[in-house]
Amino acid sequence: MTLADWLREVANWVFLVIAVPTLIGGFKVVTTSNIVRAVLYLVVTLAGTAALFLVLGAEFVAWTVVLVYIGAVIILFLIGIMITRAPLTAEASLSHPRNVQVPAALLSVVIFAVTAYAFIDAFEAAAIPVPEDATRAGVIAEIIFSRFVIPFEVVSFVLLAALIGGIAIARKDDPGEEAA
Amino acid sequence: MTIAQFLIVGSALFAIGLYGVITRRNAVLVLASVEVMLAAVNVNLVALDAYLVDPAAAGQIFALFIIALAAAEVGIGIAIVLMIFRNRRSANVDELDLMRH
Repeated sequence: MTLADWLREVANWVFLVIAVPTLIGGFKVVTTSNIVRAVLYLVVTLAGTAALFLVLGAEFVAWTVVLVYIGAVIILFLIGIMITRAPLTAEASLSHPRNVQVPAALLSVVIFAVTAYAFIDAFEAAAIPVPEDATRAGVIAEIIFSRFVIPFEVVSFVLLAALIGGIAIARKDDPGEEAA
Repeated sequence: MTIAQFLIVGSALFAIGLYGVITRRNAVLVLASVEVMLAAVNVNLVALDAYLVDPAAAGQIFALFIIALAAAEVGIGIAIVLMIFRNRRSANVDELDLMRH
């Protein structure tokens, strides 16, 4: 399949409009020197992945990403930044110096090249059937509560443990607590 | 739409996140880069799910599990960063050399 054939499909234009900002946002997350902007670019990347899920017909996963990531996780990040950003820290020190960046960039490019080559070699031009209809939340629910019910319970237990653990780690140790 | 284009976006996002995890000094930004990597994994899972037209939608279910675990990971991670910041007045990962011999 040539590039011209690929561009003739309307769905691919939608894909490009979503994928390019997603990747640019991801790149900005790891390179920008402003810590708040880095987290806000993470919103762009996550919204882009949610849009890709919608293109693929995974409606419930897309809205879960919007609710959990953009709604909750980003807020956690912003609160973390507000508390931990020492006023003396220069913005330039958010990343390691160049002697770390260059090998890291090389490693990332190599990993991208190897995996991208493997994907193209394995799937070539195999097409995804354009979904007729989104996967309904009811279908997802039926599968979760039948076939995947034990993993689901394990995940909920992990979330409970994380909740309690987060409180236990972050709360202030009161020196007068033991006496009381 | 081909399957490869989604998988390539996934691997590009993963490589970007890996670069961020290695190069960022600020612990909060390291966690943000980990989130980029997890998003890449989710893209791959959902794309392969759509490719296989799986009646059990296993790719989507596992993407949901990963989202839940990522939320737990961020909660614990930020809590640890806050505690380290309270004790050391710094959130930079290269200054955490307490266990270095």
